[in-house]
Amino acid sequence: MSLLKVNDMKIHFPIRGGFFRTVVDHIKAVDGISFELEPGETYGLVGESGCGKTTTGRGIIGLNTITGGEVLFEGTDLAKQSRSERRKHVKDIQMIFQDPYSSLNSRKNVLNIIAEPLRNFERMSPGEELKRVQALVDRVGLNPESIYKYPHQFSGGQRQRIGIARALMLNPKLIIADEPVSALDVSVQAQVLNFMQEIQKEFNLTYLFISHDLGVIKHLCDRIGIMYKGRFVEEGTAADVYNNPQHLYTKRLIAAIPEMNPEKRFEKMHLRQAINEEYRTDYDSYFDKDGRMFDLKSVSETHSVAVQ
Amino acid sequence: MLKFIIRRMLIMIPQLILLSLIIFVLAKAMPGDAVTGAFVSNPNATPEQMEKIRESFGLNDPWYVQYGHWIGKAVQGDFGMSFVHKQPVTHLLESRVANTLLLAAVTMIVTYIISIPLGIIAGRWTDTWADKIIVTYNYFAFATPLFVFALLMLFLFSFILGWFPSGGSVDIRIETGTWEYFVDKAKHLFLPVMSGALLATFGTIQYLRNDIIDTKLKDFVKTARSKGVPEGKVYTRHILRNSLLPIAAFLGLEITGLIGGSIFIESIFSYPGLGQLFIQSIGTRDFTVVTALVMISGTAVVVGTMLSDIILSIVDPRIRID
Amino acid sequence: MANPVLEIKNLRTSFNIKGNYYAAVDDVSLTVHENEVVAIVGESGCGKSALALSIMGLHNLKTTKLEGQVNFKSQNLLSLSASKLNKIRGKDLGMIFQDPMTALNPLATIGRQIEEPMDYHMKLSSAAKKKRTLELLRRVGIKNEQRIYSQYPHELSGGMRQRVVIAIALACDPVLLIADEPTTALDVTIQAQIMDLMKELQNQIKSGIILITHDLGVVAEMADRVAVMYAGEVVEIAEVRELFMNPLHPYTRSLLNSIPSNMEDKKALHVIEGIVPSIQKLDRTGCRFAPRVAWVPEHEHEESPTLHEVEPGHFVRCTCYKNFHFPEEKVGDESYVTTKS
Repeated sequence: MSLLKVNDMKIHFPIRGGFFRTVVDHIKAVDGISFELEPGETYGLVGESGCGKTTTGRGIIGLNTITGGEVLFEGTDLAKQSRSERRKHVKDIQMIFQDPYSSLNSRKNVLNIIAEPLRNFERMSPGEELKRVQALVDRVGLNPESIYKYPHQFSGGQRQRIGIARALMLNPKLIIADEPVSALDVSVQAQVLNFMQEIQKEFNLTYLFISHDLGVIKHLCDRIGIMYKGRFVEEGTAADVYNNPQHLYTKRLIAAIPEMNPEKRFEKMHLRQAINEEYRTDYDSYFDKDGRMFDLKSVSETHSVAVQ
Repeated sequence: MLKFIIRRMLIMIPQLILLSLIIFVLAKAMPGDAVTGAFVSNPNATPEQMEKIRESFGLNDPWYVQYGHWIGKAVQGDFGMSFVHKQPVTHLLESRVANTLLLAAVTMIVTYIISIPLGIIAGRWTDTWADKIIVTYNYFAFATPLFVFALLMLFLFSFILGWFPSGGSVDIRIETGTWEYFVDKAKHLFLPVMSGALLATFGTIQYLRNDIIDTKLKDFVKTARSKGVPEGKVYTRHILRNSLLPIAAFLGLEITGLIGGSIFIESIFSYPGLGQLFIQSIGTRDFTVVTALVMISGTAVVVGTMLSDIILSIVDPRIRID
Repeated sequence: MANPVLEIKNLRTSFNIKGNYYAAVDDVSLTVHENEVVAIVGESGCGKSALALSIMGLHNLKTTKLEGQVNFKSQNLLSLSASKLNKIRGKDLGMIFQDPMTALNPLATIGRQIEEPMDYHMKLSSAAKKKRTLELLRRVGIKNEQRIYSQYPHELSGGMRQRVVIAIALACDPVLLIADEPTTALDVTIQAQIMDLMKELQNQIKSGIILITHDLGVVAEMADRVAVMYAGEVVEIAEVRELFMNPLHPYTRSLLNSIPSNMEDKKALHVIEGIVPSIQKLDRTGCRFAPRVAWVPEHEHEESPTLHEVEPGHFVRCTCYKNFHFPEEKVGDESYVTTKS
């Protein structure tokens, strides 16, 4: 059984307008997406700003209200549950945020930051709690004595480790990582990515990895879903998507990755121009008359594309 | 744009109804009424006589009947009779409204004439001696209570030096409309205006200084410098435009603040305006006058806020509401 | 080679922190030629942005000390008065900023903002200015230029705004463009568009470009020559192909190995040990990268490292590159390549 199954999920936000500020329309931030996560895999959700990838993550964990569809976690539908019922699953799903600077409470020391989720769910003596926090802090590669320090005393990479330690505290099954390395320098980013791969094996974690960085996604993920305007454009293994992109938008996205070989830069530029040309000629076979993506159709066992 | 203004004006209606209700209920809840106020100096009045008068004024009707009666007349500009002055409230207010508006308008203009240049100097040349002097002055302006400062001004410039009159709005012996009348009016205004303005600069100076310091570091200012725009023009064309914008928007609120602040100033300088009348009327429990005054100043706040919203939507292209 | 347009000689930019001056740019020398894109690459805090602002004279001189020379059109920009510098900025020197969301004045129309440098540097009638502005808008790939001309920044998308920022920089035909992270704040597809646009413009205008970036991908796409900066110093300079095919300095090699798309999938990325020291705590003697490659024996480093020309045009600081290898790679292991073919 899959760990998480998202079925035709929709998250719409009302737009108010007119004289009495009534709801005149909806922003369809997420407009009917479906995907599944198998235990232990890393699923990459990739797209540009405003495509709905972050809203999707927030919807699964309950930070955005789901307008329609199902979110099945180990078979139970989170979308239909009340807040109190959801709490039981909050332990199993944790989130890591983009900005390690603002997602940690600057007035709490590391001990209190990391122990907070624990205190919400388990009663423990201060001694036991301290032991568990110290063990975890040690595991994420920070000095165990640093638990009495405050977030501003750490570097960006270290802060992201603190955020990861907090997420790990309750032994979750699924971690939703929303752009966890986007605010970091490349060398620090490498540290965090390596570390996330290590703990994945060790803690038997499943990742939903949300990012705009196609390089990071390709490096880390087993399967990838490409999002655009709240819909899925293409889904498949990393090899499917990167080596054999089918949808026009995917092609454009892949071609936009900077070419690391200086010799091939003009080749890449011409490829992009060719794709732009294709946008002019073949637009209708990829988008319907409202500019909306079609439903996904599978082209191989692992690979599906939104075409007519 | 027009739609926004109309919607904004319509919002005022429930605001004003609510305001009038609260004022009316509060006034009713106060101990004593117009009758006790009117007879407070007459120890011979018997409770029976007072009750008779109450009945004749309709003061024993249910509150909503009284409210309906009051508000119906009020929208036509009739706030009833003042029991103390024995004349219609509207008549009583007429001359005083003009006086207070004049005082408030002049005070506001003087406040801006002082505070905008000072705020700009302090913001542009931060940490210079000029900035330090302005900031010090501003702390004094913030910390000094208005009535203490006004009394000090009165004492110094009127009693000791005798440069300015100590009260009133104009010498009644001077003929209206002449040059002398204008000069005398200005002389009477000078102390109340300066007392108010010298302290009211606080908000604007503080705001402008901080905003300029903020804006100076913005990227678009760097863009302007990288275009080769001379430093002076960087300020006039880029920084000040952005920093003065909220001040234009506060204009509406500022004027309502000044009308509220006129209570102290007018009492101290015996300036015949609304504030002075307000204090007197509370003392004599002149119920009809007090409610009328509170209603007027409350309306001024509501209108001022609306004006601020509208001004902001006109001057800032980012807030174009259709 | 073409004529040099900008010569930076021994530039040192120091910031006043609690009474003491600390150099963020430490003895940097660099030449930019006509029609050449020189990329300055490094991570945050390496001094690359401070370098750009030094050339443009955009530092607050109350808290910044500038030493050395920035020679441009036979005058040293660092010794020019404000009014003389203003005759050059916006005319011969154009600047493109990182964040198009904040680089434009929110209260002025796009047209006004592009025309502004012309007010100071060109004698044109207002009709001529407008004509030129519309033409610039078309050149940076904006199609409905008439409409955009009278719009305000908030009405435009990020990519459009960055095109406007570029149009401003190009307004008076600059000899040298300084682009500070011009694509960092943009989405990938928009980044690609802006990179391609800049390459095209480069072919037309033939000016020199200094490209400040942290992204080696952008470098590979756009630069002719690259200077890698670490802790205020240039640690390696090379022609772009040379740098990517034959990176020598341990820092350059570490950077290349920590980029995910450059490595085999799922394989651990290279991690540079330790952190970039702050400019107050930086040890300014010896090889500044030494603490981050602790396994390299001390005698491999130079006592006071200088740039060595190892190939024509390829300079590397310090001697520690000679026998450098990563701890995870065996000495002489040919299978460990820095760039995936």
